[in-house]
Amino acid sequence: MKNSIAERVGEFLKRYPPFNLINTASLLLIAEQVSIIYLEKGDTIFKNGDINHDCFYVVRDGAVSLYYKNGDVNEITNIHDTGDLFGLRALIAKTPYHLNATANEESIIYAIPISIFQTVTDKSVNIQKYLITAFASNDYTPYTSEQAGKIFVDYIPSNSQDVVSFQTANYTKAPITCSTSSTLKSAAKKMCTHKIGCIIVIDSNKKPVGIITNSDIKNKIATGLFPIETKVTQIMSSPVITAKKDLTVADGQLQMIKNSIGHLCITKDGTVNSKLIGVLTHHDVLTTLGNNPTVILKDIKRAKRTKKLRAARHKANGLLKSYLDQNIPLSHIIKLISQINDAVTVRAIELAVLKMPTAPPVSFTWLALGSQGRREQLLFTDQDNALIFENVSKKGYSETKDYFLELSKLVNKTLNKVGFEYCEADMMASNPEWCKSLSEWQDQFQTWILNPDEKAILLSSVFFDFNAVYGNSNLTDKVTDTIFKTLNEASLFYKFLGRDAVKSPSPLGFFKQFLIEQNGDQKELFNIKSRAIMPLVDAARLLILNKQIKGVNNTYERFEKLAELEPENSELYESCSYAFKALSKFKTKQGLLNGNSGKFINLKTLTKEEKLKLRRCFKPIHEIQEVLINRFDLKNFI
Amino acid sequence: MISWFKKRKKDYPDFWLAYLNHFKNEKKTPIGETRFVAFDTETTGFDRKKDRILSIGAVAFVNKTIPVNQSLELYLEQDIFNPDTVKIHEIMKSSDFEKITELEAIKVFLDYIKNAILVAHHANFDKTMMNEMLSRHGLGKLKNKFIDTGVLFNKSKHKIYQESLKKHYFLDDLCEELNVPKVDRHTANGDALITAIVFLKILSRLDKRKNLKWGYLLGK
Repeated sequence: MKNSIAERVGEFLKRYPPFNLINTASLLLIAEQVSIIYLEKGDTIFKNGDINHDCFYVVRDGAVSLYYKNGDVNEITNIHDTGDLFGLRALIAKTPYHLNATANEESIIYAIPISIFQTVTDKSVNIQKYLITAFASNDYTPYTSEQAGKIFVDYIPSNSQDVVSFQTANYTKAPITCSTSSTLKSAAKKMCTHKIGCIIVIDSNKKPVGIITNSDIKNKIATGLFPIETKVTQIMSSPVITAKKDLTVADGQLQMIKNSIGHLCITKDGTVNSKLIGVLTHHDVLTTLGNNPTVILKDIKRAKRTKKLRAARHKANGLLKSYLDQNIPLSHIIKLISQINDAVTVRAIELAVLKMPTAPPVSFTWLALGSQGRREQLLFTDQDNALIFENVSKKGYSETKDYFLELSKLVNKTLNKVGFEYCEADMMASNPEWCKSLSEWQDQFQTWILNPDEKAILLSSVFFDFNAVYGNSNLTDKVTDTIFKTLNEASLFYKFLGRDAVKSPSPLGFFKQFLIEQNGDQKELFNIKSRAIMPLVDAARLLILNKQIKGVNNTYERFEKLAELEPENSELYESCSYAFKALSKFKTKQGLLNGNSGKFINLKTLTKEEKLKLRRCFKPIHEIQEVLINRFDLKNFI
Repeated sequence: MISWFKKRKKDYPDFWLAYLNHFKNEKKTPIGETRFVAFDTETTGFDRKKDRILSIGAVAFVNKTIPVNQSLELYLEQDIFNPDTVKIHEIMKSSDFEKITELEAIKVFLDYIKNAILVAHHANFDKTMMNEMLSRHGLGKLKNKFIDTGVLFNKSKHKIYQESLKKHYFLDDLCEELNVPKVDRHTANGDALITAIVFLKILSRLDKRKNLKWGYLLGK
């Protein structure tokens, strides 16, 4: 009987190794036995120690991470996305699973029964070879079939530094080169277009003969030693240091230290007498080894694909964790992570602009909203964003809007793939409601301020904390001006905001016990975000709007500013600022521990000391709410 | 009333009685253990009396796993032919798929769905066309519970947007919103698979907010 789904599954598999080595008819036999599995983010496919399933898996859409537990920490060994294969080792080696596999985002995967796969591919030498090399390189991702090494090594490392140091170095394939006859000028131009710091000079047989780096240009050209039209062979460093492609990160680093160089040429047989296939830079080594904010930011700025962007952003999480462990001041961590998040957004927008058929028709601003707008986002959260474009004539309006909606869609999608969930309430720039011209935004804010209702207040908690991440900040300044001007005419709005800010009562009940959630999935958990953090955030926003202070978005900075403006209340404001930082840190630690947003805390897991600390943070919440009630005369309004 | 029912029952063919049998002593199972069948029909047009079903595609799933070899794809012999819709379906009257009679298709389909919960996009249309076909062959109506992915999607939207919820969603809109790849649209079981994935995605979104209950899922 005809089965269109099986045909389509077969067509998909055909695009990826090792299935590209199987003929269409055999592939259809496999495809017919596939199960299509839908996974929500966080769904587990298998766990360490589970008896192996009778099938292995291929990712159709989304991403699946494989990790092992190192104490309380999940050490991710790989994130698989479309076309990647996993869960095969245990089947072939006939052992239980060593790793855990969890959906990193909403995913669809194919489960392929091993029996049918073996029957169909039994006689294919190529496929066996592919599988063996895939095992050996500890990596099932496609296009690594060149890598060779030991066969069937099940090496579960004891700590993460081990894994990294001894993994094969991830060198740059297809490096940028120039021929021996090029001039320095043309080589330098090439380096500029590719944003790189070195270029390899190759001969007609593609063998590397020399290398030119930024410092060569600085030392030999800029100083006037050689003219700019000089041949590259005149100033290149030669010979180059070479290595084989299966070199480990640790080896690469050693070679660089030994020869005091920053670049290794990877050649086919590891000597200068064979074809150049790649370059390992000091930067590559650092990237693989580590968590260094400069490296992460550089990676983000250079990322050409979402995958790279995601890898870079995920590294920042490792950084975050080690900084928290080292007790580095939270205000510093917050600034750093915000900068990384902003850089990710900027890069996502740059990439999206490139994907668009034309350049943007008018200037625009990308706004980060909510916690990203306040620049206090530490872990991945939902993305909240909006877009303002310059006023256009009535005639060109719909075309312009369509352009920016399309652009925003691309950006939202990229951010989602990086790890920022789509906003549940669809407060994203790809929503026509939140992608508008300057004058429309000005009208929108005026409406919210002059006619406050439940919905306006709900939205304003997100929209009044905006921050221009990309584009023309002139536009946001104009919106801010409108907001402050309108606020002067509308005192009712403050009352509405005030009512909202004091509606969550103090997190402690009458008997000083924690107030916990009464129902739902989160039953018996303490919601640190809505009960403790949000009241502080709301209060800070209201007070700072009331003082008409521009450009201070961070909640703790807002309180510090307020302390400066009202010396008589400075003690309270400072304790609010401190409480906010302490609570954020607490939430972030919990989030990292549990691999989620850290919003809900199981009180049973806390030590007595931690509970005491938490309680101390709650005191200023109650006091600041009292201030709001008095200042905005909320007693009869609530 | 009872005697009338009994009398009629005798006239029904065995496969229909076997189908009805699946609904006896039906117990409520948790959602994660319930068998769902997502299906889609391609028809010659939208007139329930005049138009006919050209193909039926269906996939069955329990929890979140859809086995490809348990999908169903039926092409029906039909004399009625509407040149307006053939462009979409590409099931030309003379195309060389293996085709079966309406009655044969009914037998296979009923045996396939059993008492599963049926999921379809704009379920009312598919339901009506199926019931028309059943009545042409002197059979009763489908007894299965239905879920319409269009209706369910509306429920999954955030309350802020509830005022703009009157919108009519096509399957393509849902694919777009839920990020479902639109491969194989307008083939019988291609659409069924897309409907199944759309359904699972909506379900996971609903589940995030509350513990999902049958009443909520099946309610109008």
